[in-house]
Amino acid sequence: MLLALTVPLVAVPLVVAARRRPNLRESVTLIAATLQFGLVVSLAPQVMDGARPAVILAEPFPGLPLALALEPLGLLFALIASFLWLITSVYSIGYMRGHKEQHQTRFYAYFAIALAAVMGVAFAGNMLTLFVFYEVLTLSTYPLVTHAGTDQARRAGRVYLGLLLGTSIVFLLLAIAWTWLLAGTTDFTPGGILSGTAPAATLGLLLTLYVFGVGKAALMPFHRWLPAAMVAPTPVSALLHAVAVVKAGVFTILKVSVYLFGSGLMITLVASQWLQYVAAATILLASLVAMRQDNLKARLAYSTISQLGYVVLGALLANAAGIVGSAMHIATHAFGKITLFFCAGVILVATHKTEISQMRGLGRRMPITMMAFLIASLSIIGLPPAGGTWSKWYLAIGTLEAGQLALLAVLMISSLLNIAYLLPIPLHAFFSAPSGDNVPGGTYEAPLFSLAAIIITTLGCLVLFFYPGPLYQLASQIGR
Amino acid sequence: MATVLGLYNYWIAIFLMMTGFYVVIAHGNLVKKIVGLNIFQVAVFILYISMGKVRGGSAPILAEGVTSYSNPLPHVLILTAIVVGVATTALGLALVIRINEAYGTVEEDDIHSQDEPE
Amino acid sequence: MQLGQHLPILQVVIPLLSAPLCLLLRNGRLAWMFTLAVSWLVLAGAVWLLLQVLAHGTVSYALGTWPAPWGIEYHLDHVSAFVLLIVSGISAVVLPFAGKSVAREIPADRVSLFYTLYLLCLTGLLGIVITGDAFNLFVFLEISALSSYALISQGRDRRALTASYHYLILGTIGATFILIGVGLLYMMTGTLNMQDLAARLPAVTDTRTVRTAFAFLVVGISLKLALFPLHLWLPNAYTYAPSVVTAFLAATATKVGVYVLLRFVFTIFGAAFAFQAMSLGPILLVLALLAIFNASTVAIFQDNLKRMLAYSSVAQIGYMVLGISFASLTGLTAGILHLFNHALMKGALFLALGAVFYQLGTVQLTQLRGLGRRMPWTMAAIVIGGLSLVGVPLTVGFISKWYLILAALESGWWPVAVLVLLGSLLAMVYIGRLVETAYFHAPPEDDREVREAPLSMLLPIWTLILANLYFGIDTSLTVGVARQAAALLLGVSP
Repeated sequence: MLLALTVPLVAVPLVVAARRRPNLRESVTLIAATLQFGLVVSLAPQVMDGARPAVILAEPFPGLPLALALEPLGLLFALIASFLWLITSVYSIGYMRGHKEQHQTRFYAYFAIALAAVMGVAFAGNMLTLFVFYEVLTLSTYPLVTHAGTDQARRAGRVYLGLLLGTSIVFLLLAIAWTWLLAGTTDFTPGGILSGTAPAATLGLLLTLYVFGVGKAALMPFHRWLPAAMVAPTPVSALLHAVAVVKAGVFTILKVSVYLFGSGLMITLVASQWLQYVAAATILLASLVAMRQDNLKARLAYSTISQLGYVVLGALLANAAGIVGSAMHIATHAFGKITLFFCAGVILVATHKTEISQMRGLGRRMPITMMAFLIASLSIIGLPPAGGTWSKWYLAIGTLEAGQLALLAVLMISSLLNIAYLLPIPLHAFFSAPSGDNVPGGTYEAPLFSLAAIIITTLGCLVLFFYPGPLYQLASQIGR
Repeated sequence: MATVLGLYNYWIAIFLMMTGFYVVIAHGNLVKKIVGLNIFQVAVFILYISMGKVRGGSAPILAEGVTSYSNPLPHVLILTAIVVGVATTALGLALVIRINEAYGTVEEDDIHSQDEPE
Repeated sequence: MQLGQHLPILQVVIPLLSAPLCLLLRNGRLAWMFTLAVSWLVLAGAVWLLLQVLAHGTVSYALGTWPAPWGIEYHLDHVSAFVLLIVSGISAVVLPFAGKSVAREIPADRVSLFYTLYLLCLTGLLGIVITGDAFNLFVFLEISALSSYALISQGRDRRALTASYHYLILGTIGATFILIGVGLLYMMTGTLNMQDLAARLPAVTDTRTVRTAFAFLVVGISLKLALFPLHLWLPNAYTYAPSVVTAFLAATATKVGVYVLLRFVFTIFGAAFAFQAMSLGPILLVLALLAIFNASTVAIFQDNLKRMLAYSSVAQIGYMVLGISFASLTGLTAGILHLFNHALMKGALFLALGAVFYQLGTVQLTQLRGLGRRMPWTMAAIVIGGLSLVGVPLTVGFISKWYLILAALESGWWPVAVLVLLGSLLAMVYIGRLVETAYFHAPPEDDREVREAPLSMLLPIWTLILANLYFGIDTSLTVGVARQAAALLLGVSP
């Protein structure tokens, strides 16, 4: 477990040292990513059997250590993140070289650090450890977001850092200190540690602090950083903002719900109901805004905000189906969104287009890309044959079990909106007359590496539909 | 009445203290400020020394047939404090000389206006 | 061991006697190396004394074998030993840096004089911490103060002179207030020994004299430690002083001021009197919060980086006093802990700024554009130090913040906890400005060849930065000692 965390950190000086030999440098990243994924996979069997290995790193406060402890949800997140790091690295090679980006060494190095932080978040054994790695993640992704070095990048970086650090310092840290005082520990324990420690109103306030303190979950009104961060190069947007950073956010909320509060307590808190409405509002509003965006990355960003709302909703519902749905949605959305971002990236590299209105008829020029886009869109919408079907199914069951028909309606409406803002893109690409210079005649497909990555992730979406078994098994073990 | 007159040493000390303090605050001339500071400090010294006097006590030197002595400790303390005060004054005046060399004036307002545009 | 027995007095005597010796060394380099050796010797002594205190409890030493309370006694408990470590440690780290920095900023014929003053200042600060006699404290306070005034006036800018002068006026008033307070206490109890005062005061605390003494002492000490609103001397003094002086004083002088406050309020007067009869808690709380917000906000608008960090220091002192104002075990631990942590943070930051000044000749923010590329190690140090100021996990700043929030929540003052965290956000803004300028903007056109700082400067800076990170993870030493010190001051078990 410790190794999975340190492998990317070790890779960092090697990447920097190899900065003059791009192929060597990229190989270092690929080897590190493969190693990391291998290590995480090797941990899977133990956890499925019920083992919960733990490691203590340091003890900065008496009685409050920095500790790692593995359990199903963490394993799930770690598996996704490490696998997708590998794929994204492959994709990045194609993108960064095709787009002739500057400062590639700095990019790969900070990427590695960020992934190490993600492992730390995934494996965190108590809330304090999670917080530490959460902050490290924010800081290590800042150079990635502001990679371009332009004024726009700088301003985006300000919003990014300001919102994320701000919410985490003012709300989350306060919540953690309060938890420590109430419960005497911040360890993640099945069944939670907070029941019975304080009156319901206090606990409700604490929950609110937690939910808003996790700015990475992009719950409105603290969501502005996500569209702002789209100024980053597409691999950054893809992995970090569709997979690692935002997933770390909703992962945290899910962990808080299951392991700090416990399902039993969550269901009784009135505050969790109100927060469910906030999540629902985020789902709807973000979808509506997405529909009005012409910039592809911006539309995808708002789509992410909306989808994250789904996971938060499941976490707040806190019943068995809700938790399973959330966990599965972390996985399915990861694959779906990353594919969509990858496609956006190669479209930029191959055709220099960023606006959706310019992408009509693109399907003839970039068939594989747009096909992948179509399948990934289906996953996000929640239609067969893509994996998103199952996660949305369980989330819907979760709302039914909780008796929240209004929320069920929200989920349905949102899916319809998803269709409205996602499907037209590939449909217009294939079936519309080309606009501008999208004249058919020879394909100008994406760079090879990037294409390979896209194909793998698209396959992932399909696999998750046809073989959801292992994912479901892992998800249902959460909280035991 | 006896209290007021009997405590005359304290009244003097307080009066001097306030005078000194006022001079430090109210005057803009750097040398005058130091003078004020000195008066302030001297007032404290007077306070201390007058504390040490024991009514009916003689000077604190061992002698035959004397039973009551004034307290010598405050004298010792104040000697130290006087030295400190002298050092402070010397340092302060040295600074004033250098300020005069650098600015050409020892009036606080003029110095301030010379630094303002920075 | 014969020598070991006399270690408390040697801690003061060695630097004191070295000062005139240094005066005789005309050569600047020789003076520097001599001072360096003395400082490291003192550090060794401080470490030894801390180990003694941790193993055997308080160390007591009677000067000239005159027994207390008639003789002057040196009394070392956990608080003193801790602050002693801070002062000597910072000095030992700052001096290697000073070699090149002083050589550039001070005229060659005055360098040995500079080091003489430095040794005197060190003597004063060490003496304040070790002594167990109230008047002796005043004497050492003045020794350190006078040498500080002289050191600050050595800055190149002529405003160093006026800054030093104002500091002299205000500092002397403060010291005189302390003298008045001590005098009134002497009047009521007949003793100057701190332990003896603590024993005799409870009988007379109900008198107006003692209350007045308390008031004078607190105001005088607050002037020395730059508590809002008595902090007005600090920004100018720190901005215009030579880099080494700023680094040294920022990391030690105000800490010693806090120490004096702790000594008088807790050991001599006792927490019960101070916080219940005199309501010190709310007063300190409000002033501390004002310090944090006012100073942090002003810092955001500063263009001169030294001035920005000076205001930041005022805010950080606010944090220390905030911890103290809770008068709880956690609160005091937080305050004492922050003494150490802030010394590490500000020491590193001011040294790094000193390196920038050495290479660039200026510390105006606009001149630092693009410095991240040209002086990578120095700027990286500033970034980490800045993150520590904000209170990011894995740095010492986080540890301090955590204990402060915990103390606030424990005492039921949760709005204060929120305010502390908002203060961190303000720190984020002014650090963010610095980071953006250094890393995002292109260097100005009149770009002379600016290289990274020399190794003799980078090593001390990075020593402090690594200490920042190390003590942010392994806090057994710092928190352990702080907790014991706090327990001792409050008279409870840790």
